Amino acid sequence: MRYRLRVNPIACTGHGLCAELLPEIIELDPWGYPILSSSAVPAGLMEHAKRAVDTCPTLALLMEKVPSS
Amino acid sequence: MTSIALSAYRAPELRLPRLLAGVSYYHPTGLTEHEQLYGPLPLPVVSPEQGRTWQQRPERLIEMVERSGLTGRGGAGFPTGRKMRSVAAGQGRAIVIANGAEGEPASCKDRLLLTRVPHLVLDGITLAAYAVGADEAHLVVHGHEADLLASLEEAIADRETLGVDPVPIQITGIPARYVSSEASSIIQYLGGGPGKPTFSPPRPHERGLKGRPTLVNNVETLAHLALIARYGDGWFRGIGPPSAPGSTLVTVGGAVARPGVYEIEMGTSLGRVAMLAGGPTERPQALLVGGYFGAWLPAELAWPVPMTHAGLRAVGGAMGAGIVIVLPVSSCPLAETARVVSYLAEETAAQCGPCMFGLPALADAVIELAYAGGWGRAIEAIATLVPLIEKRGACRHPDGATQLVCSALTAFAAHARRHDRQGPCYGVGRAPLLPVPSDEDRDWDWA
Amino acid sequence: MSVSLNGPALWYTTRATGLVTLLLLTASVLLGLLITGRFTSDKWPRFLTVGLHRNLSLLVLAFVVQHVGTTVIDTFVHIPLVSAFIPFTSSYQPFWLSLGAVALDLLIALVATSLIRNRLGLRAWRWLHWAAYVCWPVALAHGLGMGTDRNTMWVFALTIVCAAAVAGAATWRFVAAARAGAR
Repeated sequence: MRYRLRVNPIACTGHGLCAELLPEIIELDPWGYPILSSSAVPAGLMEHAKRAVDTCPTLALLMEKVPSS
Repeated sequence: MTSIALSAYRAPELRLPRLLAGVSYYHPTGLTEHEQLYGPLPLPVVSPEQGRTWQQRPERLIEMVERSGLTGRGGAGFPTGRKMRSVAAGQGRAIVIANGAEGEPASCKDRLLLTRVPHLVLDGITLAAYAVGADEAHLVVHGHEADLLASLEEAIADRETLGVDPVPIQITGIPARYVSSEASSIIQYLGGGPGKPTFSPPRPHERGLKGRPTLVNNVETLAHLALIARYGDGWFRGIGPPSAPGSTLVTVGGAVARPGVYEIEMGTSLGRVAMLAGGPTERPQALLVGGYFGAWLPAELAWPVPMTHAGLRAVGGAMGAGIVIVLPVSSCPLAETARVVSYLAEETAAQCGPCMFGLPALADAVIELAYAGGWGRAIEAIATLVPLIEKRGACRHPDGATQLVCSALTAFAAHARRHDRQGPCYGVGRAPLLPVPSDEDRDWDWA
Repeated sequence: MSVSLNGPALWYTTRATGLVTLLLLTASVLLGLLITGRFTSDKWPRFLTVGLHRNLSLLVLAFVVQHVGTTVIDTFVHIPLVSAFIPFTSSYQPFWLSLGAVALDLLIALVATSLIRNRLGLRAWRWLHWAAYVCWPVALAHGLGMGTDRNTMWVFALTIVCAAAVAGAATWRFVAAARAGAR
């Protein structure tokens, strides 16, 4: 089961918690919005990714199953 | 419903004009005239004894559209048959939305169709509704165009009295904002929300208006559908290259003798298109193809390029909604781009941070490059901003702006470097060529 | 040493846990205001505010359970368990006790909906979470109104400090939001 991270840009209001909790993949642009360096979640960071998704105040960070096709 | 002799229904010859065959300069083509020119609406329920090449199975119409190779004329160029098939296969009863809200300031083709040959578009809507099994049909235009709304309401009323359309067509005016004419914005607006784009998934053809599969097509695409249903896919493919068959409408503007809307064979070269519009009035410097979501191409490079999606992509351009603007040597492409990007920056829905903050910053950087000279830093500033903006919004609005700016810096690289180091050229003082709507023609709220 | 169920020991425990609950609840509300106010500094990352807010809220629930528990077990005054949840079902100080019941019901709703936030969807969750602005003052009023410690200076002073802190933080948050909205 592979997962990927995606940001809902409409829901995102730039709180920036995701970048604090997952700095390996998420950086903030000059306006405070997240840039994902890769959408795939490396195996070792799964727990941190889940925590980041859970902590987002606006539920803008999404963890989705990668379509297997 | 008047009965028309079958001979009037034979497929016309394989040449232009097709959509514009029924256009009169003096008045919109009324329903009776429309039927005499193009033939009656080929819907089985209307008059069974008139004999059709495809029968009472809507699937046959979808197959015909697929074979015809018709692609969307709203800018994306997606195969229409495939879109119809996925909507028909969706869960729930489908809805058809005809997008006549021509958001691109430089485009007039949809307006021409809707004011001059509205019944072609309305036929297309009814046929699309039949094909995908829809029980609801909408036509949207920008709400501030009161005259357009009135004439369309009249055309629909004419059809209602004769019971032409099994599914009544509802016409709605949407906010006069650039992003409001995007498919998901229209769906959100018709659903009672603001005219702003929404996050996808789900895509409209899966879950659109009211959660039902929704077919959103440009009005020109539907007009082509109305003719394909009458004359067949073989006729449609009779002109244009096999990979991009049929005819299409282009809006030609800028420094040409006869700016306006022309119907061309797909694959016509850009140079020929410019000549159709009377040819350049001054020596051309560049062409802007595809509108404000499109790209700049230097004139020498652009002249022989065929007008197809693939052909333009191959040279780093974009077809968009068939807009060609000729920029003369006396104009400054950077100044024109700066004005357009400023307009686009004002037209964000302000929902996504990278677009809401990035586009104004990009506009400022391009303005500085064009009008103030960049002290050697402006191009770099733009290059830093572009990756922060593109593909980071919920819709394609920021991508259109970055594509326009990047194509300007590529097509006019030397010119831009001169601006950056030495300051603005004389062309910045020339009267602006690219149209930007005035404040009166724009809405300032979304509801 | 044994704790006599007939003596004042349980009563003291009730009052103590009640006070701690109020302090923790105040801290949680303040942290909630800091979240929306996007407070952050070099030494204080934003996830800390969110994490503390959530953990303290759960701790509030733990202390409330003790507070209700000792109240119910205490035989000095008879307060049935049902009065902890349903207003106006106790004979002892019915009004002020009911405020406590209301605050507890709201607290349970707030915590439960927050635990299923992902499934609830943001708009529904946010709308329900406004109940926090009702829960806290009702809890404060319950504490003051029950009367037992109203005359103890330091308890009274602590309550006033809690009230002032939340009032100040709420004002800051709403003024900042109004200014941002007007821009």
